[in-house]
Amino acid sequence: MGSEFVALSLPPILIGCLAAVACALPGNFLLLRRQALIGDAISHVVLPGIVVAFLLTGMVSTWPMMLGAAGAALVAVALIQIVQRVGRIEPGAAMGVVFTTMFAGGVLLLEQSDTSNVHLDVQHALYGNLESLIWLDATGWHSLLDPEALAWLPPELTRMAVVAALVALFIAALWRPLAISTFDEGFARTIGIPVTLLGLALVVVSAMAAVAAFDAVGSIIVIAMFICPPAAARLMTDRLATQVWISAGLALVSAVLGYVLAGYGPLWLGADDAVSAAGMIATVSGLILGGAALFGPKRRGQSG
Amino acid sequence: MTQAAAMMSPLPSEQASAAVPLPLKVRGMTVSYGATPAVFSADMDIAPGAMTAIIGPNGAGKSTLLKATLGIIPRLSGQVEVFGQPLDRVRARIAYVPQRASVDWDFPTRALDVVEMGLYRQLGLLGRLTRQHRSLARDCLDRVGMADFAGRQIGQLSGGQQQRVFLARALAQGADLYMLDEPFAGVDAATEKAIIDVLKSLKDEGRTILAVHHDLSTVPDYFDNVFIINRSPVAAGPVATAFTETALQSAYGGRLATGLLDQLFPSAGPAPMPQPFPTLDA
Amino acid sequence: MMDLGYNTLLVATGAGLLGIAAGVTGAFLYLRKRSLVSDAISHATLPGVALAFIFMVALGGEGRNLVGLLGGAALSSLAGLAVVQWLTRRTRLGEDAAIGAVLSVFFGFGIVLLTVIQTLGAGRQAGLETFLLGSTAGMLRADAIVIAVGGALTLLACLLLRRPMTMVSFDAEYAATQGLVPARVDMGMMALALAVTTIGLKIVGLILIVALLILPAVAARFWTERAEVVALLAGVMGGLAGASGAVLSALAPDLPTGPIIVLVAAALFTLSLVFAPERGVLAGAIAYMRFRRQVHMRQGLLALAHGHRVHESYSRRLLGRAGLIRADGVVTDQGRRLAAWAARDERRWSYLRSRPEGAALAARYDGLTPIEDLVTPDQLRALDDAIASDGAGPQARGRVPEGRS
Repeated sequence: MGSEFVALSLPPILIGCLAAVACALPGNFLLLRRQALIGDAISHVVLPGIVVAFLLTGMVSTWPMMLGAAGAALVAVALIQIVQRVGRIEPGAAMGVVFTTMFAGGVLLLEQSDTSNVHLDVQHALYGNLESLIWLDATGWHSLLDPEALAWLPPELTRMAVVAALVALFIAALWRPLAISTFDEGFARTIGIPVTLLGLALVVVSAMAAVAAFDAVGSIIVIAMFICPPAAARLMTDRLATQVWISAGLALVSAVLGYVLAGYGPLWLGADDAVSAAGMIATVSGLILGGAALFGPKRRGQSG
Repeated sequence: MTQAAAMMSPLPSEQASAAVPLPLKVRGMTVSYGATPAVFSADMDIAPGAMTAIIGPNGAGKSTLLKATLGIIPRLSGQVEVFGQPLDRVRARIAYVPQRASVDWDFPTRALDVVEMGLYRQLGLLGRLTRQHRSLARDCLDRVGMADFAGRQIGQLSGGQQQRVFLARALAQGADLYMLDEPFAGVDAATEKAIIDVLKSLKDEGRTILAVHHDLSTVPDYFDNVFIINRSPVAAGPVATAFTETALQSAYGGRLATGLLDQLFPSAGPAPMPQPFPTLDA
Repeated sequence: MMDLGYNTLLVATGAGLLGIAAGVTGAFLYLRKRSLVSDAISHATLPGVALAFIFMVALGGEGRNLVGLLGGAALSSLAGLAVVQWLTRRTRLGEDAAIGAVLSVFFGFGIVLLTVIQTLGAGRQAGLETFLLGSTAGMLRADAIVIAVGGALTLLACLLLRRPMTMVSFDAEYAATQGLVPARVDMGMMALALAVTTIGLKIVGLILIVALLILPAVAARFWTERAEVVALLAGVMGGLAGASGAVLSALAPDLPTGPIIVLVAAALFTLSLVFAPERGVLAGAIAYMRFRRQVHMRQGLLALAHGHRVHESYSRRLLGRAGLIRADGVVTDQGRRLAAWAARDERRWSYLRSRPEGAALAARYDGLTPIEDLVTPDQLRALDDAIASDGAGPQARGRVPEGRS
C-alpha cells in the first residue's frame, strides 16, 4: 500500500494541492476586485496560446507552451481592456467577446494543423490528466529521501511547486499595496501606489498560476480554484488575512478530498474504475462553497 | 484685463509664491469625460494654513477638479504643483479623503485596518507594523471619536462613522495638505461637528485644508477661502471678498433658491435689475 | 457523403434561425447587463446531458436520443441558473463570482459523470463529447430536424416577447406601471437564453454557445442608440453568423462548425467596433483628436487675451501652426484678433451664466462652443446691450455676507 501510494497517488495529490493553492491565493484579490471571471477568461485563452506556441516551435514541449499560454493571457487581458474602454462595453460582455473569439480561433487552428500525432487536444486542455502524473521510481516512503528516485519526480510537480512559491511570494511581498488598492483605488493612487501596474501584475501572476496548473490539471480546476475557495472564505470572515488563509486551506481540502473521492469513491461504491479527479476536485470545492453559502457566519453582505 | 480674469486671480503675486511655494497651484487644467469638458481651463491657487472650500452646482466639476489634481483621473491639459514641486515628489505631504461612494464597503477590513493604510508611506512594502504604529492609528481613531469602533468591519459602520474613519486615516498620514471630497455629504450633525473640529485643529497646527463642499449656508462659518467653479472658475479668494451674491449667481445661474441668497446676504435689498434682454431658450 | 446537401440545408436553416433568436435574446441580455449569465447556463448543461444519457441507458435505451439529451441539458442549466440567482441574492457574493462558481463546478461535475459513462461500456459515450465544441458532421436527419424546429420555435417565442423585453430593458419601473412584471419578463429572457443554449449545444457546443448570445448583441450596440434596433440588428448578425458558419464548415473538411460560427460573429463585431459611426473606435479617435485640438486652441487664445504665458507646448504648437504666434512667441495681428474674439465670447458667456434668465442657455456652456453658434444675431445684440448697460459690472451689485469683511 505504502509504495503504491507514494508512486501513484502522492504526486498527483501534491500537484493538485499546489495548483489549487496557487490559483486560490490570487483568486482572493480577483474576487474582491469583481474580476472573478478573469480566471475564466484566462483559462479559455490558454488553448490558443499553446496551439500557437506549438505551430511556431513545431514541438510539444513545456516551456514554449507555457510562454505561449502566458502570452495569450496577456493579449486577452489587453484586448478586454481595449474593447471595454474604447468600445465602451460593460466588462462582462467585453470578457465574453474576447475569450470566446480567442478560444474559437484556438480550436480552429488546432483542427487545421497537423496535430494528430501529438498529444494536444481540447479535452486534455479542459480537464487535464492528473491521474497520469505518477512517480514510477518510487518504491515507498523512503524514496522521498532517495536522491536518485527524487530525480525522476514528475516534472509537473517541480514546476507547480516553483510557481506556487512564486505566487505566494508575490502575494506576501505586495500584500499592503494589493489590499489598499483593492479597497480604495483612488486613495491608493494619491499615496503613490502604481495602481494600474499592480492590477496588471495581479493578472499576470494569476495567468502564470493558471498556465502552470492547466498544464498539470486542466483548465476546469483552474476556474473552480480561482473562485470557489476564496468565495467560500469570504462568507466565513470579515478580515482579509483570515480570508486568504482560509481560502488556501479550503483549496487544499478540495484537492485532497476530490482526488481521494475520485480515486477510491467508485471502489467503495463497488465500481471498478476511478472517475475524473479534476472534475471531482471542482465538484468538492463547489460543495464547500454551497456549505459556506448556507452556514457561513459572514454570508450576508451589507445589503442582503 | 477682464473682470472675470481679475476675479480669478486672488493670490496674484507670482514673486511671492516663488519665495514660499503655495501648497497647491494648478494651471490651465482641462478634464473631460467623453467629448465635453467637465472642467475647463482651471487655474487654482490654494493659500497655506487656511481652509478653502471648492463650491459650485451639481455637475460643475468640483470632485473632478480635485481628483484630476491628485492624478486619480487623467487630465487633458494642465499643470499641478504641490509645495512648488511635481505631485510625485511630495505625495507624502498630501492626504486625500475620497467621497464615501467610491469605496467597496463590503471589503473584509476593520476600521483600525483602514486607518493603518494611512501609514503605508511610512511602512513601505515590508516594514513591520510596530506597537507604536498601532497606537498612532488608535490615537487617530480617538481623535475623531471612533476609538470604540476599532474592531468593526468597515461596512457595518454608519455613513458618518465611515467618514470619520477616513478622516482618521488621513490624520495617520501626517500630511501638510488635506484634500477632502464632500466630507459632510450624508453625515449626521454630530459627525459634521466632529469633522469640522478636527479640521480646525489641523488648521491651527498650520496645515492646509481643501474640501469640496456643497452646503452654501455653512461656508462662512467653516472656511476662510472659497474657490467657486462651474466648469471653469468663477471666483476665488477669501470668503469676505469672493463669496458674493454675484459670484454665486454666476456659478449657479437660476439654480440657486432666492431664499438661500437672502439668508446668506441679508443686509442688502433686492438686487437692481439690469437692462432686461430676451430670455433665451436654448 | 450521404445526403450531405439536404442535411446541411436543414442544419444551416436551424443555425440561421437559432442565430437570429440568439442575437435578439442576447441584445436584451446585454442591455440588462447580464450577458455572462449565459456562460453559466451553457456550462451547466453538461451534467444534464450526461445524466440524461445514463438515465436513458438505465431504461434500456441507447442513450443518444437528441431530444432526451437536450431535455436533460435544459433541466440542469435551469438548476445552474437557480444557483446563480440564489448565491447572488442570499449571500454577499457578486454575480460574477456566482457565475464563475456555477460554471466551473457544474462543468467539473459533468466531467465526472462523463468518466462514469466511460466505465459503463466502451464506445458508449462517443458523441457526448461533441457537445463540448459542437459538430454537425454525420448528423442524423432526425437531429437536424430537431434543431431546425427548435430554432424556429425559439425565434417565435423571442418575437412574441420582444415588446415586453424592450420595455423592461429600457426602463423597468415604467414597464411595471404598464402592468408588466419585470421579474417575470427577466425570467422569460433567461428562459429564451436557456432555449438558445440548449438547441445550440449540438451545433456550436457548450463552451462557445455563449458567444452567439454576446457577439452579435455587442456588435449591434455600436450602430444605434435604440433598443429595438439593437435587437433587430443583433438578430440579423446572429442569423448571418449562424447560417454562413454552418454552410462554410460543411463546405470544407476540418472546419468545425461552432468555432466557424463564432469567428464569423467575431468578424462582424470587429467591423462594428472599428467602423461604426459615432461609437466606433475610428470615429471616436477622430472626435477625440478634434476635441483635444479645440480645447488647447481655446485655452491658448484665452491665455493670449489675458496676457498670460501659454503653458502647454501643444497649445503653443497649435497657435504657431495657425500663424497666431510667431516662433519667438510674439503674438501676430491675426492672433490678437482671434484672442480678442475668444475673450469677448468668454465675457458674454460669463455674463449670461450670472443671470437667472440665461440659465437655459448657460446649461450648454462647455468652454468651447462660441455663443454665436447658439443664438440669433438679434439675441446676441440684446445680450451685448445688456452687458454694456450693466457696465458698472456685476461687482456693483455684489453683497457681502454679514459679519465678514
